[in-house]
Amino acid sequence: MPAHVPNAGLTRRDLLKRTGGLAALAAFTAACGGNTGRPSSGGGGGGEKVNLSQWYHQYGETGTQQAALKYAKAYPDANVSVQWTPGDYGAKLSSGLLSSKGPDVFESQFNIGMVKSNQVVPLDDIMADVKDDFLPGDLATNTIDGKIYGIRMIIDPQVIYYRKSLLDKAGIKPPETVDDLIAAAKELTTNKVKGIFVGNDGGNAMGGPALWSSGGSYLTDDNKPGFTGDRAAKAFGKLHELYASKSILLGAPTDWWDPTAINQGLVAMQWIGMWAVPGMQKVLGDDIGVIPFPKLDAEGKPAVYSGGWTQFVSSKSANIDAAKKFVKWLWIDKSEYQEDWSLNYGFHIPPRKSLAAKASKLQSGVAADTVKLNQDYGHTDNPSWTPKMGTAFTDLLTNVIKKGADPAAEIAKAEKTVNAELSRLFG
Amino acid sequence: MSAPAQTRTDPAVTGEQRGGRRRRKGIAGNTLWFWVFVGPFVLGLLIFSYLPILWSLVLSFFEAYNTATPSKFVGLRNYIDMLTDHNFLSSLGTFTIFAVFIVPLTFVLSLALALLVNQVKIARAFFRSVFFLPTACSYVVASLIWRLSIFNGVRFGLANTVLGWFGVDNIAWLSTVSPPWYWLPLVTVRLWLQLGFYMILFIAGLQRISPTLYEAAYVDGAKPGWQVFRYITLPQLRATSVAVLILNLIAAYQAFDEFYNLVGNVNYARPPLVYLYGISLGSIQDLGHGSAGALILAVIIMIVTLLQSRIFGFGKAGD
Repeated sequence: MPAHVPNAGLTRRDLLKRTGGLAALAAFTAACGGNTGRPSSGGGGGGEKVNLSQWYHQYGETGTQQAALKYAKAYPDANVSVQWTPGDYGAKLSSGLLSSKGPDVFESQFNIGMVKSNQVVPLDDIMADVKDDFLPGDLATNTIDGKIYGIRMIIDPQVIYYRKSLLDKAGIKPPETVDDLIAAAKELTTNKVKGIFVGNDGGNAMGGPALWSSGGSYLTDDNKPGFTGDRAAKAFGKLHELYASKSILLGAPTDWWDPTAINQGLVAMQWIGMWAVPGMQKVLGDDIGVIPFPKLDAEGKPAVYSGGWTQFVSSKSANIDAAKKFVKWLWIDKSEYQEDWSLNYGFHIPPRKSLAAKASKLQSGVAADTVKLNQDYGHTDNPSWTPKMGTAFTDLLTNVIKKGADPAAEIAKAEKTVNAELSRLFG
Repeated sequence: MSAPAQTRTDPAVTGEQRGGRRRRKGIAGNTLWFWVFVGPFVLGLLIFSYLPILWSLVLSFFEAYNTATPSKFVGLRNYIDMLTDHNFLSSLGTFTIFAVFIVPLTFVLSLALALLVNQVKIARAFFRSVFFLPTACSYVVASLIWRLSIFNGVRFGLANTVLGWFGVDNIAWLSTVSPPWYWLPLVTVRLWLQLGFYMILFIAGLQRISPTLYEAAYVDGAKPGWQVFRYITLPQLRATSVAVLILNLIAAYQAFDEFYNLVGNVNYARPPLVYLYGISLGSIQDLGHGSAGALILAVIIMIVTLLQSRIFGFGKAGD
């Protein structure tokens, strides 16, 4: 091309050079970027407002995602973006909390490791005025060394729901002991319907309740393994007996936290949380009853796992004060949103006593029965129980329940791991 | 006079100089283009592969709970812990069982498919595509189909429906430990996904065999079928076979998706990557032990691959 021709346009070589450079730049910037879940621009039309990212796991009940978005949009003092995570929320959250690109505000379950690693900030200042309105167990489950790190969003009792008609037809009373439960499950099993669904893993979700029903605990008050001894071994052995009775449903398309199995008539009883009550009522009407995990024997006591979700503020947030302000607004000040979140999708007990007392949907039928069981027999998580201990406990259960391993030997193995973890944490 | 002479002699000099400049310019240009096109990928490789490996090596000597920043130097303790961790050792056992199933099965079935497809006279491309297509499917999607539709444990699962026709009770394929039915979905999903790929490798190998060898064999009286396969085809496929075995074994070590999506993080069917994922990136967030485990696994894979290559003579002249 003649050099004297002005503005001759791009040669192929020039074009390649420039696009190649741009592509390299784009690749590099894309690699360095990433979706943080926050709005892309500073104000987003909101002037001086800060941007906050709020992370949720995927709730199964229809309308929950829209509700979360509605609350976020209604917040006047910051631009809040909601990241709704299907699948393995725990893993995504763990990775997110490693960097400053993670959430400012997130829901999770608390453990001491989060404090030791400085992942969350204390929320005592925003809890000060309303502390007495929370149940002691819900405060304890989020407290380490006297500091409260999270605000309980919802309480989710996990219990056994059963089809009244099927039990009546078989002439069976709701089980009161673990042996009753095993016998009932066997009795209710036909070639079309299994006695009970406790999860595709064979009942690991009932490990804690079984332990509590024997009088044991994950950890003692002075932070020693509380799942040892003959009675705990007996309780775990009973879970194996239930599994081996061939009266439990295994291999269902959905797991224990989804009411599909009981709704489709695949089982007569199911271990599940109170969140599923509206879904079960829609299909089964009043044909649902509820029992706690039954007592191990005459010396034992029934047990309910008082699970749920808690809201935290990440210590890596660039706007900790703004995040705390938002959390206070949403989970303390805006009582109408908490009622909406607890009662209009699945059923959950509002953690604020004042709100729970007003929750009319929980004051009758099977929901009221579940609330009562939670009051009488509920156990919350111990914050000193870490995920590593939890994994060792789950391995113990899997070996005992599915493989029929000796409970005492498995307890000894798990105890070793738990003791190592306890000495790391408490010296 | 002198000027033209000079002019005449100059071209050699200037030509050389020009040529040198052109070469230098050409090299500079080539180098530039090399980096323009390769640079972003090298950068990606450095940032997303080598740097994490290096960081993982650093972390493996430190305590690092809920953080990717080394917090306390522990020397070789993480390595010792992992090498004495019965769960980690059991995960290597799970891998071994998986490899015992998957490597020979994939080898035999993909070779058989390649032989069949290679002999088809009509619609060969169609059959090749049919068997290769599953390779394009995601492991996660395939696992979900296997779990929800084919091998679910209730009466409307495909496998149970078929068994029901013969009066066999429902089997909880993925939840039954005794007998360990979960291996059937785990192995079949991987076979379905990867047979096509290895079949293509074998077809390429088959097409490299000179027809004259077969003709010579016939002339020498070799019987078509097993004899020809045993003495001509199989030896000629040696390089491909070794490659298939090595790739298969490495892929078996790296099994994650189908295990995670079919049976979850359960201790009786937990290959090394699922276990390490649970320690490092799952709820435990123990990146020190996770990094040590990952490096131990990487070293094991390297050693096994090198041994395998040495035993089979992979890469020797003539391959």
